[in-house]
Amino acid sequence: MSLKAKDLTGIKELDVEDIELILETAAGFKDVLGRDIKKVPALRGKTAVNLFYEPSTRTRTSFELAAKRLSTDVVNFSVSTSSVVKGESLRDTALTIQALGADLIIVRHPCSGAPHFLARYLDASVINAGDGTDEHPTQALLDLLTMREKRGAIKGLEVAIVGDILHSRVAKSNIYALSKLGAGVRLIGPPTLVPPFMEEVGATIFSDMDAGLEGADIIMMLRIQMERQGKGFFPTKEEYFKNWGLTARRLMRARKNAVVMHPGPMNRGVEIASDVADGQRSAILEQVTNGLAVRMAVLYLLSGVKQ
Amino acid sequence: MKVLIVNGVVIDPSQDVEGVCDILIEGGRIKEVRKRKSAKTLKNRKAESPIAAAPDSEIIDATGMFVLPGLVDMHVHLREPGFEYKETIKTGTTAAVRGGITSVCCMPNTNPVNDNSSVTEFIRKRAMQEGACSVFPVGAITKGQKGEELAEFTMMYEAGCVAFSDDGRPVMDSLMMRRALEYSRVLGVPVISHCEDLSLSAGGVMNEGLLSATLGLKGVPSQAEEVIVARDVALAELTGGRLHVAHVSTARSVEIIRAAKKRGIADITAETCPHYFSITEEAVRDYDTNAKVNPPLRRKQDVEAVREGLRDGTIDVIATDHAPHHADEKEREFDFAPSGISGFETSIGLSMKLVDDGVLSLAKLVGKMAFCPSKIVGLSKGTLKTGSEADVTIVDTKKEYEVDTGKFVSKGRNSPFGSWMLHARPAVTICKGRVHKWK
Repeated sequence: MSLKAKDLTGIKELDVEDIELILETAAGFKDVLGRDIKKVPALRGKTAVNLFYEPSTRTRTSFELAAKRLSTDVVNFSVSTSSVVKGESLRDTALTIQALGADLIIVRHPCSGAPHFLARYLDASVINAGDGTDEHPTQALLDLLTMREKRGAIKGLEVAIVGDILHSRVAKSNIYALSKLGAGVRLIGPPTLVPPFMEEVGATIFSDMDAGLEGADIIMMLRIQMERQGKGFFPTKEEYFKNWGLTARRLMRARKNAVVMHPGPMNRGVEIASDVADGQRSAILEQVTNGLAVRMAVLYLLSGVKQ
Repeated sequence: MKVLIVNGVVIDPSQDVEGVCDILIEGGRIKEVRKRKSAKTLKNRKAESPIAAAPDSEIIDATGMFVLPGLVDMHVHLREPGFEYKETIKTGTTAAVRGGITSVCCMPNTNPVNDNSSVTEFIRKRAMQEGACSVFPVGAITKGQKGEELAEFTMMYEAGCVAFSDDGRPVMDSLMMRRALEYSRVLGVPVISHCEDLSLSAGGVMNEGLLSATLGLKGVPSQAEEVIVARDVALAELTGGRLHVAHVSTARSVEIIRAAKKRGIADITAETCPHYFSITEEAVRDYDTNAKVNPPLRRKQDVEAVREGLRDGTIDVIATDHAPHHADEKEREFDFAPSGISGFETSIGLSMKLVDDGVLSLAKLVGKMAFCPSKIVGLSKGTLKTGSEADVTIVDTKKEYEVDTGKFVSKGRNSPFGSWMLHARPAVTICKGRVHKWK
């Protein structure tokens, strides 16, 4: 069992079969995570490198733990953002890491296309852990796994993604994944942060959140970057919360069994009210657990190990 | 030294010549252009020529080829002084000649900026010593291209500048642009505008649209170009200055210029580049930095509108915006790679496709690549008239060839046209009587 491509650069590059395989494999690894001894020897002797050009705790830790659960040796290689421009070129860094014998390179980079660039130069498998405003494929995969656990089939679900679509790689990867699997996608947010051409990929756009939530099965809230405030995208975080914050009252608009998701880290009181984030509908912590399983699956499948 | 070009199809729109002619070059100037009755393969070329050649003449057989006035490229970057690792006056002009270009106007964004007569003189001198073709510098509109203070137009003009532009850095201050257009009337030279509203393009790296969203790259809307084209047209009409709009890339820009020309209030000309009528934003889909250029490659409807603008005369000139970069600069993250395409060596090949596609007649094409740009910047180039400097480009259109960027004469191999199949290529380029030949 393995994926068709050497790398996981984005959901764009996956077909439905690939996605299904990852989700099935992840479901299997979830059983492992529920055991007393959570480690399997599947990838013993393999080396993974976390190459992070952007600060990240969650994703990096999740990948690191996923690798360790599979008995992979894992090294963290953090590069400060300032040295991206003036320091060693991305290509040289990557070739250096490859020369050290890495099999899997997990990269997060502020520039869209950086993982694609690396994939062209390296024999090692490149896994995109978030590139610029392009994609964050493992986040979308873990979201799919969560939706599937909560609601069964993805096909036919109405998924509302709320917030800064323009800058969100999480939103992008989810839009592609959900479209491929036959879910309906609604994008809700201020027109300054929801590019109109997203309608061309089949999404429906709402600036009125109440209307957009009507009958939704899944509500996926995105993190609002505080630095967008005052840059003309929206006036203040207070006004943002008034228009696009998820409150218990607004949640009533969605289906009764609607699931609330958030990729984290959350801004409580900006995009989501605390009682909703901690409420019964929230699947936010399950997303984190599923992230581990999905990343184990991706590492495993890209290592090309035959079962 | 005399050169006799025999039996080629001469296309010289500057004097309405289209037909099989022989051309005699003497002392670096065109001595005579004389029609033949019909084209044929010649056994004894000297004897059969309608022009009696001296025994020491070099004979160039142009049978089956097009003989054009040397091409004039009014928008190029030679990178010297300051960026010799990208290109030098020597390598750049040699590449131009390989592309059939015999005169270039080089943009001022060098280091130091060509914003004063000593830099202009340096470029002219270096071009005289090492240049393979004629070099006409374009001076900066503002000191340091900072958009704050007018540069010394007259001093630079006297040193050899033929136009003024802050290319690469638009003059964002409308009052400064007004002053530039007004003041340039003293000399009657054009102000060349790189039309881009920097606050609207806001660091974008490709055309804005579904593809930019899909790739996660920051987009530049077409409107970033169009609002400045509209502004500059308005300012040209206000001031009576001569405006030349550089590298037109969008449908609306073409429309705005077309309407302005129709009103006929101001003296406005416009240019585009081969990449804007040959390829779309699709070229950047794989994050190919060789297709990163400013203004960015646009959509299909823009390419079609640019072609229509060329066809109906809205766009007067085809220039390359030759912008060579070092491989190390281009082989990196898309966001960090510099903009620009090395354009000299594919220009005629790509432009000839306009003739193949029925957009332009060959005479119209040659006009836009030689005589029109020459007229705009006030040169007596781009013509085969008797007495003019002998700049001639002989183009072979019969042999299809694959573009190999690795074999570019230019130091810049940054071209999205690698492995394209083209069929027009200069076989001979003559600069001021000096013959360059290739097999």
